Parts: sequence; C-alpha cells; structure tokens
Amino acid sequence: MKSIISNINKAFDHRIRLGIMSVLMVNEYADFKSLKELLGATDGNIASHTKALEKQKYIKVEKSFIDRKPNTRYIASEKGRKAFQEHLDALEKLLNSKNDLNN
Amino acid sequence: MENEKYLQDLSEIKNMMNRSSRFISLSGLAGVFAGCYAIIGAIIAKMLLSDSTSVYNENYDLVTTGNINSELTTQLFAIAVAVLILAIGTAIFLTTRKARRNDQKIWDSTSKRLVVNFFAPLVAGGLFCLVLLQYGLIGLIAPCMLIFYGLALIHASKYTFADLRGLGYANLILGLIATQFIGYGLYFWAIGFGLFHIIYGIWMHNKYDRKSAE
Repeated sequence: MKSIISNINKAFDHRIRLGIMSVLMVNEYADFKSLKELLGATDGNIASHTKALEKQKYIKVEKSFIDRKPNTRYIASEKGRKAFQEHLDALEKLLNSKNDLNN
Repeated sequence: MENEKYLQDLSEIKNMMNRSSRFISLSGLAGVFAGCYAIIGAIIAKMLLSDSTSVYNENYDLVTTGNINSELTTQLFAIAVAVLILAIGTAIFLTTRKARRNDQKIWDSTSKRLVVNFFAPLVAGGLFCLVLLQYGLIGLIAPCMLIFYGLALIHASKYTFADLRGLGYANLILGLIATQFIGYGLYFWAIGFGLFHIIYGIWMHNKYDRKSAE
C-alpha cells in the first residue's frame, strides 16, 4: 500500500497540471493558446503551471515566432512521460485495491 | 472521499486526451443525410441507365469496353458530384452546429487533422477512379470508390470517434466483394454509401448526440 501511494506524483496533483500533461501525452506538442482553450484557464494560470512542470523537467518549452507573433510550444519530455505513466498506473492500482477492500 | 478525487482525476485525464487529439463534434445525423442523398442519387442513376441501352448489363465484356455513351457518363458523373457536395455541405452545417453547442471551435487543430487525414486517401481514390473512367474500366469504378472511401474512414478514425473504423471496414469489404459482381456496381454503391451511412448515422446519433443534448 505504501509503495503505491509513493508513486502518486505531487507534481500532477492539480487539475490544470494534470490536464496539461494529459494533452501533451497524446499530442506532439501544444501551444499556449490551445492549452488555455482546452483547459478553460486564465493566462496566468497556464503560465505558472507550465513553469512548475518545466522546472521538474517534465515538459520542454520552445519559443518561436509565427507571423511575427511570439508562439510558445510545450512538449512532454521523456522524463515527464515516464512520470505521468507511473502516476496513472498508481492511480489505477489505488482505485482497484480500494474497490477490492470495499467488496 | 479520496477515492472519488482519484476517479475524477482519471476521467479528467481521459477527457483531456480525447478532446485534445480527436475531433468529437462530428455529427451522426450528417451520416443519415449523406445516406439519403446517396440512395436518391443511385435511384436517379438507375433510371438513367435503364432508359438507355446500357453500359451496365450482365455482359462481362463491358467491364473493359471503350464504347461508353459519353452523354450518359457525364450525367452519372454529375449525379456523383452532386451527392458528394450535398453530403459534405450537410456534414459541415450539422457539425458546425454541434460544435457550437459543445462550445468547441469548428476549425481547430483536431478538425484540421481530421480533414487532412480523411481527404488524403479519398482524393487519391477519386483521381484513380477518374483514371479508370479514362481507360473505360467502368465496372471497377463503384468498387474502387467503396474501397478508397473505406480506407479514408479507417485512416480518419484515429482523429475522431474511433467508431468510424467500423464503417470504414464495412465499406472496404463491400468494395472488395463488389469487384466480383461487375455490373451490379450501382447496387453495391447504394448499400455502401446509402444504407451503411444511414444505419451508422442513426447509431452514432443515439450513442453521442442524443445523450449530449439531454
């Protein structure tokens, strides 16, 4: 039981960060605007949560210009993908084991 | 309590993965309309064909005949194009409406990806059918349309409802069967583009649209 809980990753323990990682897991990349629209969050919200994930090296940030407008792309790193997968597995296991206890 | 939070987390993850990578506002009802247009088109085509002493009869040599009634060919071609335009137009209209209701953008990265991946095999198939027409291989056009349409659907299903794959395989198999019944292409065409669309559209509508409207 203890080992399962230790796999629950605190970095993903927030709806927005969870959402950002989910989007990046299934897409090559996502830009700032599409993350904002998908998650229904504010600019500041997305900015601070992506920064937190970047600090953990879970996502990579690429800045470029498209039509002279700044464009920021986010990409899940290898480390981030692995950590998120472990988080998912831990969630699943936790739910399964609790269901077993309840039955 | 905690259990509930984790469950919510998991469903949020699934929801985000789907919404960001698949276009989920595709209208089921559009399929029903497309099927109806196809059947009407097929009936008109049938009437035109039985009026003239036809390209289509049980004679197998006519698969490769170069002797095509060009006026008839033009008319049939016009019907096919009309059905296609009507079907796509209705699909765009209904899908836009559904997207607005879902509070989703109609033209975002998911819909762009869907359109590109759907039309790439389809355009190739369309051009190939024109080549068949060029060489007078009339009998193979209907099977060929079904096969390429099936492939386009299977390819596109990765970018929208995965259920689309079923319709794709059905059309693909039907197209392959149709190659063995040259001369009955129109009937197969009506089944694939008409009947399958209607059945499938109703099924999709019940599964997704009705639920979300409630």
